[in-house]
Amino acid sequence: MSFEPKILTFLCNWCAYAGADLAGISRFQYQPNTRVIRVMCSGRIDPVFIPRAFLAGFDGVMILGCHPGDCHYLSGNIQAERKINLLKKLLTDEGVGSERLLLDWVSAGEAQRFALLVNQFTEQIRACGPLPQAKDFEERLRAVAASLEGEKIRWMAGKGPELLEKENVYGERVDPEKINAVMESTVREELAKNRILILLETTPLTAKEISMKLELPLKQTLSYTVSLVGEGRIGFDPSEETHYPRYVRSA
Amino acid sequence: MNTVPDKPVGAVLVVGGGIGGMQASLDLAESGFYVYLVDSAPTIGGVMSQLDKTFPTNDCAMCIMSPKLVGTGSHRNIRLITNASVKEIVGPAGNFEARITRKARYIRPDKCTGCGECAKHCPVIAGDDYNVGMSRRSAVYLRYPQAIPKVFLIDREACIGCGLCERVCLANAVDYADQDTEETLSVGSVILAPGFEVFDARRRPEFGYGVYPNVLTSIEFERILSATGPHRSHLLRPSDGSIPERIAFIQCVGSRDTSCGNDYCSSICCMYATKEAIIAKEHVHFVKPTIFYMDIRAYGKGFDAYYERAKADYGVRFIKSMVSKVREDPRTDNLLITYLNEEGERLEEEFELVVLSVGVVPSTSVREMAKRLDVDVDRFGFCETDTFAPVATSREGIYVCGAFESPRDIPETVSQASGAVAAATGIIASARGTLALKKEYPPEDEVKPEEEPRIGVFVCHCGINIGGVINVPSVKEYAGTLPNVVHVDENLYTCSQDTQEKIKNAVKERGLNRVIVASCSPRTHEPMFRETIRDAGLNKFLFEMANIRDQCSWVHMRQKAEATEKAKKLVRMAVGNVRLNQALTETSVPVVQRGLVIGGGVAGMTAALQLAEQGFEVFLVEKESRLGGNLWNLHYTLDGKDIEAFLLDLIAKVSNNPLIRVLLNSLIVDFTGVRGNFTTGVMTAPAMYYQKIEHGITVMATGAEEEKPHEYGYGEDERVLTQLELEGRIAGADTGISGIKEVVMIQCVGSRNEQHPSCSRTCCATAIKNALKLKELNPAIRIHILYRDIRTYGLMEPYYARARKEGILFVRYEPAEGPEVTVNENKLSVSYDDKMLKERITITPDLLVLSSATVPRENKELANLLKVPRTAEGFFLEAHMKLRPVDFASDGIYLCGGAHAPKLISETISQAGAAVARACTILSKENLSVGGVVAVVTGEQCAACLTCVRVCPYDVPVINIRGEAEIDIIKCKGCGTCAAECPARAIDLMHFRGSQLEAKIGALISAQVS
Repeated sequence: MSFEPKILTFLCNWCAYAGADLAGISRFQYQPNTRVIRVMCSGRIDPVFIPRAFLAGFDGVMILGCHPGDCHYLSGNIQAERKINLLKKLLTDEGVGSERLLLDWVSAGEAQRFALLVNQFTEQIRACGPLPQAKDFEERLRAVAASLEGEKIRWMAGKGPELLEKENVYGERVDPEKINAVMESTVREELAKNRILILLETTPLTAKEISMKLELPLKQTLSYTVSLVGEGRIGFDPSEETHYPRYVRSA
Repeated sequence: MNTVPDKPVGAVLVVGGGIGGMQASLDLAESGFYVYLVDSAPTIGGVMSQLDKTFPTNDCAMCIMSPKLVGTGSHRNIRLITNASVKEIVGPAGNFEARITRKARYIRPDKCTGCGECAKHCPVIAGDDYNVGMSRRSAVYLRYPQAIPKVFLIDREACIGCGLCERVCLANAVDYADQDTEETLSVGSVILAPGFEVFDARRRPEFGYGVYPNVLTSIEFERILSATGPHRSHLLRPSDGSIPERIAFIQCVGSRDTSCGNDYCSSICCMYATKEAIIAKEHVHFVKPTIFYMDIRAYGKGFDAYYERAKADYGVRFIKSMVSKVREDPRTDNLLITYLNEEGERLEEEFELVVLSVGVVPSTSVREMAKRLDVDVDRFGFCETDTFAPVATSREGIYVCGAFESPRDIPETVSQASGAVAAATGIIASARGTLALKKEYPPEDEVKPEEEPRIGVFVCHCGINIGGVINVPSVKEYAGTLPNVVHVDENLYTCSQDTQEKIKNAVKERGLNRVIVASCSPRTHEPMFRETIRDAGLNKFLFEMANIRDQCSWVHMRQKAEATEKAKKLVRMAVGNVRLNQALTETSVPVVQRGLVIGGGVAGMTAALQLAEQGFEVFLVEKESRLGGNLWNLHYTLDGKDIEAFLLDLIAKVSNNPLIRVLLNSLIVDFTGVRGNFTTGVMTAPAMYYQKIEHGITVMATGAEEEKPHEYGYGEDERVLTQLELEGRIAGADTGISGIKEVVMIQCVGSRNEQHPSCSRTCCATAIKNALKLKELNPAIRIHILYRDIRTYGLMEPYYARARKEGILFVRYEPAEGPEVTVNENKLSVSYDDKMLKERITITPDLLVLSSATVPRENKELANLLKVPRTAEGFFLEAHMKLRPVDFASDGIYLCGGAHAPKLISETISQAGAAVARACTILSKENLSVGGVVAVVTGEQCAACLTCVRVCPYDVPVINIRGEAEIDIIKCKGCGTCAAECPARAIDLMHFRGSQLEAKIGALISAQVS
């Protein structure tokens, strides 16, 4: 049986959804692999929805909103783009890749463009093949989802860009490089920590084993386990006394 | 301010809030002076806060330090100025103006409750310098969990200014507009206690620090061993998180090292490395520690026993050798150490982890401060002091203590800190009490035991620290249903100023006679709430806390329902107890503001003189016919100072001081009383005149003396003599000395053996001092010093280097194959094993000088009279090896000088000052307030079975004339051991009465408060 991609599509009420309706009115034909969820604005898309959609079994996710400048809510689409860009970064950093995710713009009048995007994306996902079923892949997705649920990244996503444009609380303009570096390290830390927590759900692991699974240098891995130990979220397996202690999840 | 220009200011500036600065501040504040404590760090605590354990008792550093932290932080006469530095000090001693610069903190100390919400949310990650960069923290942080002041701060370097902390702070403590501020303080004197930093191990690149991940510094290793360290006390090496088995310690990294300009000894590293090796072994049984050392300098009290225990009980391997190089095996990350052993063979050994015992150095910022303050430092950057004035800096009115004076350990820092207090207050003694704040309370409303309790319960949300887990309204509501509870309330922060007012108003308006606060820990907050209800006219003992944060909401975050249930039970327990709480009165006992000093040597004379400087009358009792003690046997110091001139001057000062009564030829024959009120009987020869002296404090300064050796032909051949005898002959310009060509000195005669396991501390320096003197008199003289370890600690090390340079031969011996001395046909010969040459060498010296042990003077009877303990070797035993080095366990009795342990003159002088400063915490008060939580005997129930007498750790209970146990409330410390053991249940501990503890237990179990 040939592979039929399952694609989840978020459409904003005012542009993309109207464009999709117009495609219907206009009888533009497109592939039947997408399922649509209507939202009032693309800005409503919580980035955590996307890894959840993948975890639920979708092979691809498409988000279509108004063209820049056309947003019914002024800047919802721009904010959507910011969040989705961060999500793409997380997906890429975690080795999941972002080719199964598309954010694009369709106006209420662009029925043809809507059909085109659907067909193109469907082909793209068809080419990607089904979403990997490996446990490792699932764990990576869960780490992304968990990180996006955490407050630190959500705050960074919301505040970071503002800091790039405006003065901070001290009335200073922060060097964009510094902001990016802080965001970068926070994202990396959150992802790695969540991944470690997921890895330790089932079996106790040594630092070396964690670093191999995470494909991270041992030194870096240890810095994350130090943080997790400090937060009391993981501890050491007391059941054995070896040269290589294993980490376990805290109760 | 009520000071007039020609009168000194009654406030003292203390710079540095480590253990030395805290001790100084507490002593100052307790003896009637106002204290400004300035620390460059955001919190006080210093290096000691980073230590896991302390030698030689293996006490937990934080556990023994935190009472001092809390005490310093909450004392009304100590103002903490953290994150600040001293810019300059102008004016004359007694009337200084100190300009202080405080760096912006961005968190308001008056509002921050230390709840930590900000740090939990902060998205920025930065290196944590408390853990020496081995873990990470947020940009808004508290240096360590127990930090005082418990006020967060923003690391402006790391912060990106996102504004989240301000949003989550319910106490509105975040202030991004905070700025660096300057302020000028008027103080009479200054104590510098800025501490030290560790040597930068990168300056010894051959050890690979900073290059090989598994090469650590000792402070990093200390953090790894600590329960609050990066791995929560799990011993993991950095490269791969595995547990290292073979651990090497390399001593003297940055110490005793001319190549980096640090040719002094750092004094503490031998002991801390031994401690770290022991603790590592205690953590992981399979660890095999090895310590590479030059000399083991276990010169302090009890140190040699610790060192021997490390070898015998913990299997720590000690190798005498200087390591030349550390290499890494890149396949295993293990380290290869190349070294020469004592036989001169080059060896290589593999280790999983290497710890560099880095030395003590004065930091650059401290040197800069010294320069700004016009205080001289030596070529290393340590503060210049004089042997005979060991806490005075080059600038009048500015004093020093701790590792800035010279490398030293905790007890010596603590003792020197108190010594500095004596000096710093001596010059401004007339201003005592002029600036210290005294609290005035409203009259207390009487609450009779039979009066129906009217309880108010205040439940705290602590921001969301409690409220986020525990259902506070339901706890409050539940509290309202409990018997006798007439008022309940909930607050966002119960500790805030406005809530305190609310509590006071409720006490008045609702007629409350008992108050309960359900919030955080009584350990930190009970004193404050007690103060609040006292302000409202209630006795402070009519208060109780339920710890529903530290021991409930914080530890059951994910079990909200259970946490709420537990909180209710804790409140119920508090109610059950507080109903039985009684108002306890503390009685005021007048203090006899006069001191007694026992022993007229340098320690006793210094103590007497300094007590007199403080304005107190002193009795100085000496059993001999003249003052001076052992100092008569010493003539010059290692640095060439004239001891005799100093001694004569000191005796003159003591004899001429109108406040000092010297009693020569006198013995203590009886001793009674308690702190503030002692009575001592003194018998004076030859008439055997007996008199009773009343005094408030006692200083024990009975000294020590050189033991007459029992070995090596001493007493049989006149060419065999002790170091002191040699010194006497040199100083006496003995003509025979100049003809001497060959001298052998033997160290550790009578020390470090089975009968006398301790090191006598001063003999290495004395031997080198006398050897150098002999060389000076006759450069052609040949001198051999046969030693076990040369212990010229601290700034004495350069003299050892000089002695070697001048051709004095140092030969190490093992006690098992020690030197042999024979006299054959009038030929004195000494033979020993030479390890390098691998043969037995025989010398025939003209003189054999024995570095004989220092032993305490006869003190057994005195110890019995005063009921103070002694060590197995007969030295007096202090209350706590680490933090109470000059106190006895019984309050009001202090010790100093050789009576405590062998020590140098400078150390004796600063310790005598320490005893004075401690004594002034009692003498400066006209009255002592006693009582409160003390044991009380119901006489008619007492069977005089002596159980209480036996169990009391402080020997307080006595059987009185009525045949009943009697407990002096002045002496009782309130532990309650006697109450728990009394077979007749005749003793109860106030505030923790049996009925109260039983009510607590009952309230926890049953649904009803009965």
